Amino acid sequence: MLARYFVRRLLAAVSVLWLAVTLAFVALQLTPGDPAQALLAASGATPEEIAQRRAHLGLDDPALIQYLRYVLDLARGDLGQSWLQGRPVGQMIREQLPPTLALAIAAAGVGATLGLILGVVAAVHRSTWIDTMATTVAVVGLATPTYWSGLLAILLFSLALHWLPSAGEGDLRHLILPASVLGFALSGSVARVVRARVAQVLRAPFILVAEAKGLPPRHVLMSHVLRASLGPALAVLALQFGFLLSGAVVTESVFARRGLGTLTVQAILWRDLPVVRGIMVVAALAFVLTSLAADLARGWLDPRLREGPA
Amino acid sequence: MTAQQRPARRSTLLQSVVLVSLGWLGLVVLGAAVAPLLAPSGPLITDPPRALLPPGPGGILGTDFLGRSVGARLVWGGRVTLTMGTLALSLAVGLGLPIGLAAGSLAGWADGVLMRFVDALLAFPSLLLAMAVLAVLGTGVEAVAIAVGLAAAPAYARVVRSVSLEVRAQPYIEAARAVGCSHLRIAVRHILANAAPSLIAFACAQLGWVLIMAAALNFLGLGAPPGTPEWGMMLAEGRGYLRYAPWASVFPGLALTLTVLAANLAANAWQDAVEGV
Repeated sequence: MLARYFVRRLLAAVSVLWLAVTLAFVALQLTPGDPAQALLAASGATPEEIAQRRAHLGLDDPALIQYLRYVLDLARGDLGQSWLQGRPVGQMIREQLPPTLALAIAAAGVGATLGLILGVVAAVHRSTWIDTMATTVAVVGLATPTYWSGLLAILLFSLALHWLPSAGEGDLRHLILPASVLGFALSGSVARVVRARVAQVLRAPFILVAEAKGLPPRHVLMSHVLRASLGPALAVLALQFGFLLSGAVVTESVFARRGLGTLTVQAILWRDLPVVRGIMVVAALAFVLTSLAADLARGWLDPRLREGPA
Repeated sequence: MTAQQRPARRSTLLQSVVLVSLGWLGLVVLGAAVAPLLAPSGPLITDPPRALLPPGPGGILGTDFLGRSVGARLVWGGRVTLTMGTLALSLAVGLGLPIGLAAGSLAGWADGVLMRFVDALLAFPSLLLAMAVLAVLGTGVEAVAIAVGLAAAPAYARVVRSVSLEVRAQPYIEAARAVGCSHLRIAVRHILANAAPSLIAFACAQLGWVLIMAAALNFLGLGAPPGTPEWGMMLAEGRGYLRYAPWASVFPGLALTLTVLAANLAANAWQDAVEGV
């Protein structure tokens, strides 16, 4: 049963990924303008040189041939070449990935922890002022753009208190503010799901049984309620992957950090479309892998899921 | 406090929260509408000798690095930000509603095909999707509205589909089919009409998200040209003077956050009312 669930999930993931990759290709084809001309016109190249460059970039081939070449290249891990720099897109992304990844992982840790705490506390103290407080924090977190909370954090912790650096990257101290700001924004959606789920689990018969057995409340909460609530929390974290990456792009800009965000903004301003496309493809691949991993983890955590429809 | 008292107290609290939210939204729209009356000299007048003045009697919310009034830019900027948000939301609903409704009311293979496309678009992080659209369209205020609308449409289509599927399972849809209603009539007169309250709630919740995205693209410098009075752009321009004039970035951010918060709270209340909680 588990194997069939995994295979079904895998097939769905592959088809979504293929479509996403194809959409990214079509978008680039629809873009007006001639990349070879844009690249060389500024340097005063002759029409012959431009034609030569077109042939070199494979832009004269029929769209279908270009598409097949693109997909085969992707399968070999080749994301194409930057129009602007002439360097492999894969290499450019690999260079900028580590700081973005560090930020995203740290923020996910902060967001998951804060969201779990807020959600559990709100659900356990349902309909009391504690619930109201915890829910308010979550709702405010959801509504606050990171480019504002980030500036407020810089104002307070860097400019007023001089505790933490306001910009750049380097040691862990540079990571604390951006990761907290992005994690706070993430915690709202985690808290909402966890609160609903824990409230539901607390009413479940098996919790009544656990309490009737005489288990101490702390034990019931930690090993029964939390375990049953982890699945949805995982799922919402995986769904928030895109939010995390989007948020990382903005947060990098606020804290003047190097990373994928800067690369993307530059590529768009210069209309370096292969770079934009490469980043989209990598992001889609990462999203599909994350949600696949979360699905598999949930299937493993919660046997009931393995049998339901896809 | 007894158990019977609690829900009543909670609901009065919620009601006042909703009233305050709607009041704020109304205030923002009104401020944007009467901006020429509130700040007759417009948002663009620079006055370098009066640069970086703190909030006070001179300028209610202070001045920015070029001596422009933050208050005037805030109300004029509300016009740009709200217009962008409204355009983007209309585009998201205009695209997402028919696709989601078709998938949800036809079900079967049409649903499968349409949703695969929607899932593929949802595989891209929404901000990156909007940025990619900007890479194709070029930058500008209109481009940002289109990009955000396109990026928001897949999520809306998904919600419309799932609500439509729920309604479709109701016995009265089977009855409508039995008396010979066409697919289109069932989709619009029966499924859409019954799904509408939930769909309005989600659109309202998406308004907050769309505003954050549009201002984010402006903040990143991919939208409005520098100098445009727009909340995201004001934040970006104020950032460089954070140490000397924090009010130039604190107020536009506060206006944006409160507006998003109000839209979200109103959407939640509406959703609760729909579900009869």
